[in-house]
Amino acid sequence: MKRKTEADLYLMLIPGITFYFIFKYIPLYGILMAFKDYNFMIGVFKSPWVGLDVFKEVFRDSEFWRALTNTIRLNVLSLCITFPLPILFALLLNEINNEVYKKTIQSISYLPHFISWVILYGLILSFTAKETGLINVFLRKIGAKEIAFLGNEFWWTVVYILSGIWKDMGWAAIIYLAALSTIDPALYEAASIDGANRLHKMWYITLPGIKGTIVVILILQIGKIMTIGFEQPYLLGNALVARVSTVLSTFIYERGLLQAQFSFTTAVGLIQSIVNFVFLLGADYVARFLGEKGIFMRDVK
Amino acid sequence: MKRTSLFIFMNNLLMALLCGFFLYPLIYTIAMSLSSAKAILEGRVYLLPVDPTLEAYKMLFKDKSIMNAFLFTARLTLFGVFSSVSMTVLMAYPLSKQGLKGRNIILRCIVATMYFSGGLIPTYLLVKRLGLTNTMGALILPSVIDTFLLIITISYFRELPVEIEESAKLDGCSNINYLIRFAIPLSVAVIATLVIFYAVAYWNTFFSALIYMQSPNKYTLQIKLYQVLNVFSDAMLNQANTEAISRVVPENLKGATVTLTVLPILVVYPAMQRYFIKGVTLGALKG
Repeated sequence: MKRKTEADLYLMLIPGITFYFIFKYIPLYGILMAFKDYNFMIGVFKSPWVGLDVFKEVFRDSEFWRALTNTIRLNVLSLCITFPLPILFALLLNEINNEVYKKTIQSISYLPHFISWVILYGLILSFTAKETGLINVFLRKIGAKEIAFLGNEFWWTVVYILSGIWKDMGWAAIIYLAALSTIDPALYEAASIDGANRLHKMWYITLPGIKGTIVVILILQIGKIMTIGFEQPYLLGNALVARVSTVLSTFIYERGLLQAQFSFTTAVGLIQSIVNFVFLLGADYVARFLGEKGIFMRDVK
Repeated sequence: MKRTSLFIFMNNLLMALLCGFFLYPLIYTIAMSLSSAKAILEGRVYLLPVDPTLEAYKMLFKDKSIMNAFLFTARLTLFGVFSSVSMTVLMAYPLSKQGLKGRNIILRCIVATMYFSGGLIPTYLLVKRLGLTNTMGALILPSVIDTFLLIITISYFRELPVEIEESAKLDGCSNINYLIRFAIPLSVAVIATLVIFYAVAYWNTFFSALIYMQSPNKYTLQIKLYQVLNVFSDAMLNQANTEAISRVVPENLKGATVTLTVLPILVVYPAMQRYFIKGVTLGALKG
């Protein structure tokens, strides 16, 4: 009887497991390409081994180094500028007492997360286009010089960071707001009795209350130092700013898919994963050293 | 007291400004799409449409390739959501059973895929080998289950009351029967979350369409929009008659295409946001 009831559970698992096996585990085997001179006609298995030759080639490629430094630069900039903002936003939002107003702001702040990068690119164009972009129209009106926002390396980076904030700040705040709601209100009452003001409460109760969450998110961010989304840099990028806008994801796309350098770009992808993993471990180690739980302590339940 | 109220005032103001920052680009672009060419060229559009006109939309609806992309993306979203939601639910339900043998191993193997993957090239070659290139399957199958959403669904199913299940089982209800008749109706919130997230993902499909789809009749709306934003609008205007040119400039055509693409999201957003917060925070805190 018991056996029969479990059989259909396993039956239900078949489609899902098949999916994970085919699309998540089989490609892992393709990583071997990085150590082979891959030939599409004969497949990964039969292609000849070349040891670390592909990696040597990657490390000699100046464009690879440029994509790598650009990726790290944009990610570090995001980490310094974009990372603290959702925390600040959540803290300030938490101070608003009018529930309806609070909910409205929250709803509006999440909306951009659901808007695609292509649409966002369209919005950016309508603000920054040379002739008709709103900002340039305004600049002309006050007699200032027009700015080619997407064609200038400095301004490109500004637009990149700002558009990232627009799209995901509200969304990133969700997790901090959830953490804030778990703080015991009795703590605030007790602090008020002791004469604490808003700032005291924020500093001694709220921030420590969400410290664990902040650390986990920070570790995960650091663990992605080499990962960068494809769509944002690809859509915003152009020939004029290629020196700063070429990142690993767009580099892999161009070399791998457009120029069919399969072994080369698989090696790049592998380097990317390994560096990420090292950074993840490093950040986790530092966090635990500082007395936080880190991420590997949490188990799959 | 006085300092506190000043803080509250400043905070409220700051939040209102932020809302403006989030909404203004959308409002402005929609206003652009509805304004006359003359007003746009003279730089008179700021917030509301100036000399409102639907010229750009008329031109858009006449363009077969854009309408084709719109319909293709709608079909993709429909099929995609159906496959993704059913696959996710079907897998999540057994995995929510604590006692199921092998459950932990399977869970670990699944969570592991969030940290490593074969990367773009091996996945691309696999999809190609499977003959999926240039079919809708290439846009659905390689990521049909989202691991994060799967974990959310598993934790949701685990919270369902055991009493109902026990009594149903006593009456001889099989697992599949129980899932369809009780578990799914009890899980409207989580299923709505799945529908929303998958639907948005399919509607926004850009990258996989860029790498897997070659024939123009299988471009997604996002690809089409990208073309319009970059080069296409000039060509479209050239094709249109000269009379239209005086009434439509690339800017309102671009604005109209952006609006057409973003509209479905804006329309369903108020309904969908009721559901997703709970789902996401549940997953985030437990995952």
